[in-house]
Amino acid sequence: MSVTILDYGMGNLRSVQKAFAHFGIEAGITSDPAETAAAARLVVPGVGAFGQAMARLRETGLDRAIRAAVEGGAHFLGICLGMQLLFERSEEHGTHQGLGLLQGEVKRLPATVKVPEVGWNRVSIRPGDPLMEGIEEGEFFYFDQSYYCAPSDPDDLLSETEYGLRYASAVRKGRVRAVQFHPEKSQRAGLRLLENFARLA
Amino acid sequence: MLARRIIPCLDVRDGRVVKGVQFESIRDIGDPVDQARYYDAEGADEIVFLDITASHEKRGLMREVAERTSEEVFVPFAVGGGLADIADIQAILAAGADKVSLNTAAVRNPGLVTQASERFGAQAVLVAIDARRALGSWEVLVEGGRTRAGLDAEEWARRVVELGAGEILLTSMDRDGTEDGYDIELTAAVAAAVTIPVIASGGAGNPDHMVDVLTRGGADAALAASIFHDRRYSIREVKAHLAEHGVPVRC
Repeated sequence: MSVTILDYGMGNLRSVQKAFAHFGIEAGITSDPAETAAAARLVVPGVGAFGQAMARLRETGLDRAIRAAVEGGAHFLGICLGMQLLFERSEEHGTHQGLGLLQGEVKRLPATVKVPEVGWNRVSIRPGDPLMEGIEEGEFFYFDQSYYCAPSDPDDLLSETEYGLRYASAVRKGRVRAVQFHPEKSQRAGLRLLENFARLA
Repeated sequence: MLARRIIPCLDVRDGRVVKGVQFESIRDIGDPVDQARYYDAEGADEIVFLDITASHEKRGLMREVAERTSEEVFVPFAVGGGLADIADIQAILAAGADKVSLNTAAVRNPGLVTQASERFGAQAVLVAIDARRALGSWEVLVEGGRTRAGLDAEEWARRVVELGAGEILLTSMDRDGTEDGYDIELTAAVAAAVTIPVIASGGAGNPDHMVDVLTRGGADAALAASIFHDRRYSIREVKAHLAEHGVPVRC
């Protein structure tokens, strides 16, 4: 059940690590490409700007390491910015290329609502995925972001959330899963999600 | 639909939660992490620590509090008070805080807001505005309300959005400590002036005040201290009351 958290200089990894520790999982933090590529379960958290994050991943070779881990069959969990980086491109401060592991793009939330979206919002879950096991339909999770992911393939949707529009708050393609909200800051439901991830077979 | 947030605020001095309107009558009411854990279990949506430690040497204590909180509390928390430069901000975020709250430092050095926002993301940067009624508007006070900043509160609120703030923590200095209710006019004026969330603070005395500020006041979140610390109202009770009045909350 080993879990590896990727440190690429974008934000607070400590709370993710502590959340795993809360239910007895020792998650290691690494910034080493070889360790990243060899991870069995890889978590990519992160907050901050998309362009800067991609630049760091490229400079350090971690972009290739993430791809290698995914191609090697690792379970992947992206959190917040870590979800957005999976897509082909983002319109945050110009156009930036992402990892392209999922098809679609990252767009700014509409001007009809306050941006960033800060706080607890409901998540409408497509049933059947073990990541969401034991989590009630319509459960609240903590969100804090200005951009959202628009996957091209509706089959990739794992959950949706309403804020100015209905968007993908969680996605899944094979062993690649990602959530827009912060499970590590979402109390019981969030801890359950992380525990589900750690126990994926 | 995004829930309105209820946020307890904890004043921390020398690593302990304290309470008291005047510094002379200050009273120790416990360990910050114990308190944060209690409010987390009660259903707090977020927690704000305000560090009122006077001496520079004891500032490190707040970082220990942030570290311990991040190990045991799984809702977001912000730390404000005494953060003067990017190194202070970096240190407290690295210790586990999700957000920093900048007040006097933002007025004295507006570039700090931009620098922090670019480096850590807008979601990590809260700008606290202490406002007091002046002729036909509200003026900004700094240094814990002791000094006039020479700024109009609405204009300053608009400016901090441009600078890169992700949220505004708006305190009415006229209402703070009175328990007469939030300043609805001030909150509504600032909430209408900006495109980012506004946390209302100052004057909470009962759950009706919270209904008011989250509806008529247009606030996205309501912060309170004494009504929770005195255990006069529980967060659960407040949220039930809000839900009865049609305010969306996370129960």
